[in-house]
Amino acid sequence: MSSIKFINLENNFVKRGLGTKKARVLPGFKLTLGCTLLYLSLIVLIPLAAVFFKAGSLSWAELYHDVASPVALASYRLSFGAAFLAALVNAVFGLIVAWVLVRYQFFGKRFIDALVDLPFALPTAVAGITLATLYAPNGWIGQLFTPLGIKISYTRIGVFIALTFIGLPFIVRTVQPVLADLDSEIEEAAASLGANRWQTFWRVIFPVLTPALLTGFALAFARALGEYGSVVFISSNIPMKTQITPLLIMTKLEEFDYPGATAIAAVMLVVSFALLLSINLLQWWSNRHNTASLS
Amino acid sequence: MKTLKIILVALIFAGAVHAKEIKLLNVSYDPTRELYQEYNTAFAKYWKAKTGDDVVVDQSHGGSGKQALSVINGLEADVVTLALASDVNAIVDKTHELPADWQKKLPDNSAPYTSTIVFLVRKGNPKGIHDWNDLLKPGVSIVTPNPKTSGGARWAYLAAYAYALETSGHDDAKARDFVKQIYKKVPVLDSGARGSTVTFAQRGVGDVLLAWENEAHLAIKEFGADKFDIVTPSLSILAEPTVAVVDKVAKKHGTTEAARAYLNYLYSDEGQEIAAKNFYRPRNQTIAEKYAANFSRLKLVTIDAEFGGWTKAQKTHFGDGGVFDQIYQP
Repeated sequence: MSSIKFINLENNFVKRGLGTKKARVLPGFKLTLGCTLLYLSLIVLIPLAAVFFKAGSLSWAELYHDVASPVALASYRLSFGAAFLAALVNAVFGLIVAWVLVRYQFFGKRFIDALVDLPFALPTAVAGITLATLYAPNGWIGQLFTPLGIKISYTRIGVFIALTFIGLPFIVRTVQPVLADLDSEIEEAAASLGANRWQTFWRVIFPVLTPALLTGFALAFARALGEYGSVVFISSNIPMKTQITPLLIMTKLEEFDYPGATAIAAVMLVVSFALLLSINLLQWWSNRHNTASLS
Repeated sequence: MKTLKIILVALIFAGAVHAKEIKLLNVSYDPTRELYQEYNTAFAKYWKAKTGDDVVVDQSHGGSGKQALSVINGLEADVVTLALASDVNAIVDKTHELPADWQKKLPDNSAPYTSTIVFLVRKGNPKGIHDWNDLLKPGVSIVTPNPKTSGGARWAYLAAYAYALETSGHDDAKARDFVKQIYKKVPVLDSGARGSTVTFAQRGVGDVLLAWENEAHLAIKEFGADKFDIVTPSLSILAEPTVAVVDKVAKKHGTTEAARAYLNYLYSDEGQEIAAKNFYRPRNQTIAEKYAANFSRLKLVTIDAEFGGWTKAQKTHFGDGGVFDQIYQP
């Protein structure tokens, strides 16, 4: 029951912390907060502010022309759509991978466990070239699909595959520790109270995993949105069809159109931030909902 | 005491003069890797014999537009050897690190070697591609990089456009339609010439690659003459890859003299010969004759005569909302 207890404790702590001012147990709040703000400013806020500053040199009409052109709109659809789908697929299969790695003992488990991190370590260009070669019409995997009339490399499916590849570790690595903390006694208790296997999973295990799963989903989604290196190799990069937004930004930069590039970057930033924030809210809600129903 | 100091300083300087090592950074475009590898060794030898100094040339390669961007963003190139004049113009506009009339500093528009765009097809030319209009045959799929990011692709686009102009009696609308039809048949737009060569040669995508002449020869050398054939169209464009000293950077590094000599030596017999060996068309007629077997004769139009120079062509065709953008507009 350890993780549930932990959540409860945290919840109580937050509740108590809200009313009282001097109830801080740990010293050094000001120092660490100062460090946090400085660090975040240097690493995140200032570069991001520069993006908005540069985009701000455009007039509203120019801005609209750049960010709402049909080519840009098509690229948002592909980037957000493929990143979302890839994160969704990873949420399902990543959960299964984490489950297998935590719950079962089998030969080669450590090897598979290490394999999960590979997409983190591999340079994305290498991943892109490898995937493009494998899934090309004359590649090992691609040639199996060619007779069926399915093309993978140089299509949107290719983009989706690359994004799935780079997103997998995020789900597995966020769900794994939570799953490891989860005592199998709860499942036994559920079973002894008459729940069938599906009910045990859906009503008992899944709610506890939801926050971690959402975090993993958000990370995988955000990572896939910004991915450039692997996608440009496996995508055919045709405007309106398979051009992802980061490539559109690169193209604008190479045309020396800095304001246009930053305007599109700013749109991506705002939308990603809104999406990540709503995922965080959802997570907070599910956390509360979850602890409330259990306690 | 004072004399001692002077002697010391003099000694240090004498030592420095004696064992001077000059470092040059040459920022170039994608397919010149092999050319400059060979040329740098030759130049170092020549410079050592002439001045006694050692010169080490570092190379940087990539899509021409991207390379220009790196220089604009502060990459300290002593010389740039890019795919087209408009990329050097961009550096001039954004940084003023070289004078606006840079192209007049060296002979032949500052282009010591030229090239053109040819077709690379699969062995035996199964789709029967002989000229630009054959590209529009049904079932032909064309590989070429994105003109927005690749210099070679811009030359290829303009070559197709020039062909359409010449065959339609200079009907602009027809020429636009022609390039539009061509790009509709491109399944993969890579960002640079090398990327497209890999897509065509290694991944087996497409029936024809619109390639730099030297890149096409190199592909045959690399992958075997049993895999591909080179097809020379009836007309193509005279591509003039330009070279320039980035004056302010060279001055700062104290390399002005060496940088100038480095580019001038490209026009020497040895420089021209190395260019020809790497499948660039030399300017020197005698050497061009010697390597005539490598370069088929065809009608070559120039960017100045056909398109009114790079600045204009860049804006009309590849700028934001230009003809190339319109191809993909719904």
